[in-house]
Amino acid sequence: MKTVIVGCGRVGATLADLFDRAGHEVILLDLATRAFDRLPATFSGSAIRGDGTDEDTLRRAGAADADVFLALTEGDNRNVMAAQVAAEALGAKRTIAKINDPLRAAAYAELGLATLCRTSLMADAVADYVGLPVSGLPGIRTPSGTHHDDQHHATEAPASVGQGAVRGQEV
Amino acid sequence: MFVLVVGGGKVGYYLSRELIESGHEVVLMEKDRPRADQIADEIGSVVVPHDGCEGKYLAEAGANRADIVAAVTGDDEDNLVICQMARHHFDVKRTIARVNNPKNERLFKHLGVDEIISPTRMILGSIEQDIPVHELLHLAALGEGELELIEAHLQAGSPAVGRATKDLEIPAGCALFAYIREGVAAPLGPETVLREGDKVIAIGKTECETLLHEQLIGAAEALDGR
Repeated sequence: MKTVIVGCGRVGATLADLFDRAGHEVILLDLATRAFDRLPATFSGSAIRGDGTDEDTLRRAGAADADVFLALTEGDNRNVMAAQVAAEALGAKRTIAKINDPLRAAAYAELGLATLCRTSLMADAVADYVGLPVSGLPGIRTPSGTHHDDQHHATEAPASVGQGAVRGQEV
Repeated sequence: MFVLVVGGGKVGYYLSRELIESGHEVVLMEKDRPRADQIADEIGSVVVPHDGCEGKYLAEAGANRADIVAAVTGDDEDNLVICQMARHHFDVKRTIARVNNPKNERLFKHLGVDEIISPTRMILGSIEQDIPVHELLHLAALGEGELELIEAHLQAGSPAVGRATKDLEIPAGCALFAYIREGVAAPLGPETVLREGDKVIAIGKTECETLLHEQLIGAAEALDGR
């Protein structure tokens, strides 16, 4: 299983190690090389310094044929964008975006992204521990629609996105 | 018209000020408190000092009744999320995003942002116009962005030199309509014979570009070593 992970924070590094130990191919991206210090010495995947919201960087990292794509940076919006570039422009199979704002996490699940919300997860964990009612929502919200559902203007086929020149780009 | 502007940088600030002056209802969202206060001092109490990416604050700012949401922060990913939340969560009919990285234009369009303003692209376009290149120059995007106003500078070796426009194979969905010769513009008729040094102005669909390039500039291979 080919896994591309954007963001080598605690969660990113932990998951990278997990996938790596299980024998899967792991490609990790982060803007800062220092972030890769979090990886254990045994890590055998690739760690690339680069912008995970940049289409070309993601393509070079192999996101196009990734089986799992995880956007786990500190920024909700960076994760949204990285996941959308991977899923929409490159066709990555399973993309998950970490979105800590519960409202945005719910909204993007409705727009076709699998979302992971730390806020809800932690709130549920604490509520469960002390015996308060829990939300009952799954840890990862599975996509329940696409953002093309209610478009009132024509959209291009995903395959055409980002391929070839954006207007005026081939200079 | 009620316009919700997100991002209180220079663009957001002047945009809001101009809109207010022309009599529109404006709410400006700026998450940096000191900056928000400063703007409020200058243009009045139209500033919501919160993050426009958060659904809760978008709601407070009145996103559900906004006619237009303009996302003009300095971060592309924020502008994308603001527009998507506005459209899908608050049913805003028209969303406008500032895009800094030109590579993101097509993605934003595909992901449902109605209008994309790219300052980088505009400046790039201006610079291109001053550099003699053996390429098609993009003068402007028309319509919803699927049409381009293009200029082709005919050089020696262009297959179009010495031919009448009616003999060129102009791709469907594309029109040559004027040319500039020695600084004088004239309409381009079917009998007009093109010369080296002419600048041909065309309107066409973005995807016609390759064919148009072949006809007016030459096949792409001929450009090696440019």
